[in-house]
Amino acid sequence: MTLSAELEARFEKLLKSYPPGRERSAVVPMLLYAQDELGAVTAELVKEVARRTGITPLQVDEVVTYYSMLHRQPLGKHHIQVCTNISCLLSGGAELWGHACRKLGIGNKEVTADGQFSIEEVECIGACSWAPAVQVNYEFQHQMTPEKLDRLIESLRKAG
Amino acid sequence: MLYNPPSPLEVKVLTRRFGLANSASLETYLANDGYVALRKALAMTPEQILEEMKASNLRGRGGAGFPTGMKWGFVPRNSSKPKYVVVNADESEPGTCKDRLLIENDPHQLIEGMLIAGLAVDAHVGYIYVRGEYRYLIEILECAIAEAYARGYLGRNILGGEFSFDAYVHTGAGAYECGEESALLESLEGKRGIPRIRPPFPAVAGLYQCPTVLNNVESYAAAPAILRDGGAAFAALGTPKNGGTRLYCLSGHVNKPGVYELPMGFNLLRMIEEVGGGVRGGKKLKAVIPGGSSCPVLKAEECDIAMDFDSLAKAKSMLGSGGVVVMDADTCMVRAAMRIMRFYAHESCGWCIPCREGTLWLKKILTRLEEGGGVASDIPLIGELSRNMLGRTFCPLGDAAAMPTIAFVEKFREEFEAHLKGGCQCPS
Repeated sequence: MTLSAELEARFEKLLKSYPPGRERSAVVPMLLYAQDELGAVTAELVKEVARRTGITPLQVDEVVTYYSMLHRQPLGKHHIQVCTNISCLLSGGAELWGHACRKLGIGNKEVTADGQFSIEEVECIGACSWAPAVQVNYEFQHQMTPEKLDRLIESLRKAG
Repeated sequence: MLYNPPSPLEVKVLTRRFGLANSASLETYLANDGYVALRKALAMTPEQILEEMKASNLRGRGGAGFPTGMKWGFVPRNSSKPKYVVVNADESEPGTCKDRLLIENDPHQLIEGMLIAGLAVDAHVGYIYVRGEYRYLIEILECAIAEAYARGYLGRNILGGEFSFDAYVHTGAGAYECGEESALLESLEGKRGIPRIRPPFPAVAGLYQCPTVLNNVESYAAAPAILRDGGAAFAALGTPKNGGTRLYCLSGHVNKPGVYELPMGFNLLRMIEEVGGGVRGGKKLKAVIPGGSSCPVLKAEECDIAMDFDSLAKAKSMLGSGGVVVMDADTCMVRAAMRIMRFYAHESCGWCIPCREGTLWLKKILTRLEEGGGVASDIPLIGELSRNMLGRTFCPLGDAAAMPTIAFVEKFREEFEAHLKGGCQCPS
């Protein structure tokens, strides 16, 4: 499997971060960084990570199914994650989540027809004191309101 | 950057560099007492470092509150195996958002803390396990680590001496369970994050079955101040047996939610009123979760309490990870209990049956109660199911789900009963 130069460098750095014989430690970071680039954890990627870390593809699959950020299907270009856990709930997180679903016309972990957006109701993302919180891909958005979310979606749509 | 204005009541020890220009840079760190403690520690014996840590009365900031100095002392320094320093930056306890700030604003303080731990236990390699959602912190940490290598604070023969230490950043990929120490180690080894049976504890058999010191970000971040100013000075900031300051994350129905560094033992009502600006909208206080979602809720009349590990334990709750969730008089406690249980059901790793089954059934029962479709026997059933989880799992997630649920039902039973009459008719 051919990887981009950046990903190749990232993999190399990761594999050197652990003691000799402990390359398996790099599995989760490798999968996450590769997913960022490829859009999903593909069967080909599973085999590649297995080969590089010296474990079986099945052992990699076991890891993939465990971690909630790893996914087999591509998400939207802009993945909007809305936290509805306790601190966000108390500050309008559930209403914000409902608004996001209606605005984009999709449900949890679904992707819009044009592939631009996907949404996910997530557990605590560590922004409790600045609730309700949203993450778009890895970007935090604090103290969100339905209006701010609308503006954010419009600006992302314009940016393409 | 800072996400909320500071409070004049704060005592800034770990957050003293927050808000300075380029606070994450090595330059700013060095200009503000950075790596002074490391120089001191390099001239000390491991025993002397451990003595200072013990004298500080620092207790684990991840939630358990175990004395950090004592924990470091459990590592067998003479072991022939390599030893490791592991930082738990998998912050994911609902209500908690402080480690994120400590890394974002002052990554070198954490690196210096790791180095001090390395000197104390004779470890030469450290890993910072950062939750996957905190990607931007990985970039900040990698930058700080590169700066530290370039200036001789990491790598071989640190500051020209004999001590060598390598630090690496590792990322998780979404799993609350990996904040539990033994599951974190499994995850760091490239496996599913399921807990290990203990003993042996990580101090003896941790990463790769080697002796490992494993602490929360905030615990390591306190070490430089402790070594610099002395353990006794740090201890004096808090209450007896609860040394120093800690970062409290105020969230929910307060006028000024935010992360604030306050002395251990700070009164909770005063925190809400004077630091948090009181309950939002001038409403009455109903309840507070004092230390993150795992901690049993306190009723308003129980909130005149010192925020330290022992006072909260005496009140049958916990100080936990410092997530203070404030709920006003209009909050539906059935809904709060249901949402918290939905979280635990989602995050249970499935390894221990009482937790896997218990959280799912509790979620189902609380959901139907919340929606108005419960039956009278559901209320005692919640208690029975919860009590059957207590103490019957490899890791504390089962207890963390059961304990707050028991408290919600015991303390707000009338609200659960009101829900039997259909929908939310909570007495406000």
